[in-house]
Amino acid sequence: MPQYLLSLCSPGADATPPSPEALEAIMGEINALNDDIKAAGGWVFAGGLHDASTATTLRLQDGEVLTTDGPFAEGKEHIGGISVVEASDLDVALGWGRELARITGLPIEVRPFQDEY
Amino acid sequence: MPAVAASEIERVFRNEHGRAVAVLIRVFGDVDVAEDAVQDAFLEAVRRWPAAGLPPSPTGWIITTARNRAIDRLRREASREDRHAQAVLLCDDGVEPDDEEEEGTVQDDQLRLMFTCCHPALAKGAQVALTLRLLGGLTTTEIARAFVVPEPTMAQRLVRAKAKIRAARIPYRVPEEEDLPARLGAVLAVVYLVFNEGYAASGGDRLVREELCAEAIRLGRLLHELLPDEPEVLGVLALMLLVESRRAARTTSGGDLVLLADQDRGRWDRELVAEGHALVRRCLARNEPGPYQLQAAIQAVHSDAPAAALTEWTQILELYDQLLALVPTPVVALNRAVAVAEVQGPEAALALVDDLALDHSHRRDAIRADLLRRLDRRAEAAQAYQAAIVRAENQAERDFLLRRRALCDGKAVIRGVRMRGPAPP
Repeated sequence: MPQYLLSLCSPGADATPPSPEALEAIMGEINALNDDIKAAGGWVFAGGLHDASTATTLRLQDGEVLTTDGPFAEGKEHIGGISVVEASDLDVALGWGRELARITGLPIEVRPFQDEY
Repeated sequence: MPAVAASEIERVFRNEHGRAVAVLIRVFGDVDVAEDAVQDAFLEAVRRWPAAGLPPSPTGWIITTARNRAIDRLRREASREDRHAQAVLLCDDGVEPDDEEEEGTVQDDQLRLMFTCCHPALAKGAQVALTLRLLGGLTTTEIARAFVVPEPTMAQRLVRAKAKIRAARIPYRVPEEEDLPARLGAVLAVVYLVFNEGYAASGGDRLVREELCAEAIRLGRLLHELLPDEPEVLGVLALMLLVESRRAARTTSGGDLVLLADQDRGRWDRELVAEGHALVRRCLARNEPGPYQLQAAIQAVHSDAPAAALTEWTQILELYDQLLALVPTPVVALNRAVAVAEVQGPEAALALVDDLALDHSHRRDAIRADLLRRLDRRAEAAQAYQAAIVRAENQAERDFLLRRRALCDGKAVIRGVRMRGPAPP
């Protein structure tokens, strides 16, 4: 069964964080969605990430692996969380992604994994 | 059997391309395999038809031959350890090219293909290119020429779109009832965009553009056949037929644009008008108005008028009121203002046009200019024409606006002679 990566774009440092009550409501809806995905047999993995500032990047340079503070992407948009699902086709994955976008208000990127070798 | 000319073989394949590719995509689960197979069948037809004559059912012949060639090709490639080809062959091991496809299944396949080509996960430009390539059977060269992009760019666009369909598994399926309205909207948008691109002529080869209109209408007819109960399908087809009916009257022999009000209505294609009107009447009977149906109804009122002066503008304004309620965009509001000018006078229309949040629109400038001209505010009108001329995208339209501006200046216009003022960009 094909697998898809659903990436949540993180709200960014400038965004006002939701109130604890609002956050709790969002988490409740996300858990309910995950239960739906599990019930449909599409669940593989899901998790939220700490802020991009907590990332460490390793990069091979002149035969040596350098360690630097921060994410590898230069832009302002970073991945805030991911979900890996199994779906028979893109429409099924987009359906779950759409629900995630509606719940979180964040852009969701849906991207297919390459076939297993 | 009579000999078959090469041009006839090409014509048959162009007509049958969408049906054949649609069936073969279902059988083999891959767009490229299907396209290559139809191309193989074409080469086979070029070899055999001139001597053997046209087969009794060209559709059946093409599909069966293409399927055989595809299976041969996949077996060859499988032996070359092509993983992908093996997978395809595995899942279709049971498929044998014996009996002909049922007509109903072929139609369903074409509908599936339309929804795949117009899937919202593909960019609009890719949707249009894929639809023209796969369903219309247009070559990449023709599509590139029609949209005035370099051929490698168009080829790349098609390759990327097909790669995404395969990698992301965009389904080959008619959407569920609940998703149908939105997904059908995307299909209709592509069909109408193809038509407009052919009609509005922002550049490019004229013959190819006429072919785009013909292809859009063909797709519209096909959709109408496949989804006879969808009122917006009736609407988009009626709209295209009514606009197309005026093609001959829309330009002079010299290629100059002629406004609807100045067109020789005797040159309108009466058959297309009658067909469009019949569809509009069916829409009215359905009473489920949508944007395309309302636009078609507006065009039908125009077509009904034996002369421009006899146009039922009150009816048109009512239809625009409905359209604006459904589609509250500045573009619709601008078109509505034209009807307001006829019913309530240019002053009322000018107030509406001035209020619109439509920047950089040469149509708004042109309509403003026309309203100012009718109010005899000549200097302002000339200014507005100038703004429209600077922004107009195609030469025919620019020439038209230049002639109009010259009228405000009180200067006669001689064809082919550039008027004073800055040359068009």
